[in-house]
Amino acid sequence: MATAAFSTVQLAPGQAAWRRFRRHRLALAGALIILVLVLGSTFGPYLLPFDDTYIDIMKRFAPPLSGAHILGTDELGRDVLARLMMGGRVSLSIGIVAMVIAMAVGIVVGAFAGFYGGAVGAVLMRLVDAVLCFPTIFLLLALAALTEPGLVTTTILIAATAWMAVARVVEAQVRSLREREFAVAALAFGSSNLRIMFRELVPNAIAPIVVAATLNVAKAILLESYVSYLGYGIQPPAASWGNMLNNAQIYLTSAPWLAIAPGVAITLAVTSFNFLGDGLRDALDPRMNIP
Amino acid sequence: MARYVVNRLAQAIMLLVIVSGIGFAILHLAPGGPLSQFAVSSQMTQEDLDRVTRQLGLDRPLPVQYLDWFGRMVRGDWGKSYRDGEAVLSVISSHLGATLELMATATIIAVLLGCWIGILGALRRYSLFDTLATVGAMIALSIPTFWFGLVTIYVFSVKLGWLPAGNRHTIGDGSFLDLLHHLIAPAMVLALVETAMWGRFMRSSMLEVINQDYIRTARAKGMPEWRILTVHALRNALLPMITVAGLQFPTLLGGALVAETVFTWPGMGRLFLDSIGYRDYPVVMGILMFSATMVLIGSLLADILYAVVDPRIRVG
Repeated sequence: MATAAFSTVQLAPGQAAWRRFRRHRLALAGALIILVLVLGSTFGPYLLPFDDTYIDIMKRFAPPLSGAHILGTDELGRDVLARLMMGGRVSLSIGIVAMVIAMAVGIVVGAFAGFYGGAVGAVLMRLVDAVLCFPTIFLLLALAALTEPGLVTTTILIAATAWMAVARVVEAQVRSLREREFAVAALAFGSSNLRIMFRELVPNAIAPIVVAATLNVAKAILLESYVSYLGYGIQPPAASWGNMLNNAQIYLTSAPWLAIAPGVAITLAVTSFNFLGDGLRDALDPRMNIP
Repeated sequence: MARYVVNRLAQAIMLLVIVSGIGFAILHLAPGGPLSQFAVSSQMTQEDLDRVTRQLGLDRPLPVQYLDWFGRMVRGDWGKSYRDGEAVLSVISSHLGATLELMATATIIAVLLGCWIGILGALRRYSLFDTLATVGAMIALSIPTFWFGLVTIYVFSVKLGWLPAGNRHTIGDGSFLDLLHHLIAPAMVLALVETAMWGRFMRSSMLEVINQDYIRTARAKGMPEWRILTVHALRNALLPMITVAGLQFPTLLGGALVAETVFTWPGMGRLFLDSIGYRDYPVVMGILMFSATMVLIGSLLADILYAVVDPRIRVG
């Protein structure tokens, strides 16, 4: 029969997405590397005989693979691997927490702007446009210079400069979804506006939101490295991947390994999250194909 | 057309007002607000502080202060640097040239290289070149610019000794060649991210165009392939790149700040960081507002230019 040739096995949407995601090898590799980095910085420090802030002035600038220090020591004789792992805890947590805050702000702003439209929507979205006029690094540094630097402020400031893209995505989604039958039906049932926004519309926009969230982690890790490298983020003696590079430039000639390890760690983490986001985009919504 | 420009101009002015509002809010977020410069000095009594507050008009309602501040910004009075009392706008303009030099060079490299990679990738979709370019672009977008700068210094200055590790001139040598020699490394570093962006946008724009009906028509007419590509495909695929140039501008400015820091390039970004270090808030605020305004003007120009070359935009 002719129809038999066209029949396909119907997959559940989740299953189909997983199949598409599995085909994206770089995204899989990214997920794996993220897992290794997270596990490494969570449990790694317990396996090392060195403390990340222990200063051993007799063993300054030990090159990698010399003796017990696998990645060598820095200008104060601290173990680079131990600092890399503790720095990973800081950098990765900032990436994830800043993403959560940025998503929350972006989703709320985007949902309100997209749902109400009109004057409310115009004001909110022009605010988004205005914040986007400031080059991120300039805005971040200006704000960081005005506040006391530290873990909490750095996280909040990164979130404050990263929520706009999410707001734009959510606004566009909510604006188009609110005309759909299920939203109209919810309205006919007498659901409140808030309920329709956050129980009906936002969950239906979850695919682009998840993609934006993943890319946002990558951006936040990158931003943390910039502000900390420039001296306005995480302050020593605490380590972060960014501030480990802060002093590396001075010792570039004599101790280049100080610059290599944290730089590779940042690049690995950011690339992995970017590839993961790319793979999720292909998997969750094949129609979306923004470069 | 005139209506589109007027519309777009009105939007830009409205945005400028919001942008200035954000700038004003940040200024007042500073510890001690605009008074912070005096608050740190222990010789100032509360009485002195009150007097200065009155003199600077800081006891007036915030909206009045904002209007006053905005009016002075528009007239070009951006305040004076705490460091040497020089007018903020003239401090900025004396550093602007070096930054524009760096940005222009990086953009030229990025546009040429990025468009070439993007076009080739689109024409040979899923080839080895395309795959490598796509993966390479993603990695380029993920490398911290300052770290790439450090690697560049290590390889080309420390190990090979080909390029200077920083500054704009060798002391006592003002020649153009010397400037060019110093420009290569920072421009290359700044161009990395830009090239990746241009390549990605160019690839998707080209892919969209070569699947259009008029390309098929041109092929059906028996037009030679090179002519189809250059006359029909490329001309149309390059149009959206005008928008990309506008979109890329904030990233380019931010990247310039980082590249200038690593290579001690005496531009606006470097000035910004120095001013932050000195807590020189008028200059910090000035540069922040200046860069936002530049971005605003950049996107306005890109939109208008796009409407000039592509009449379809004006209608929408």
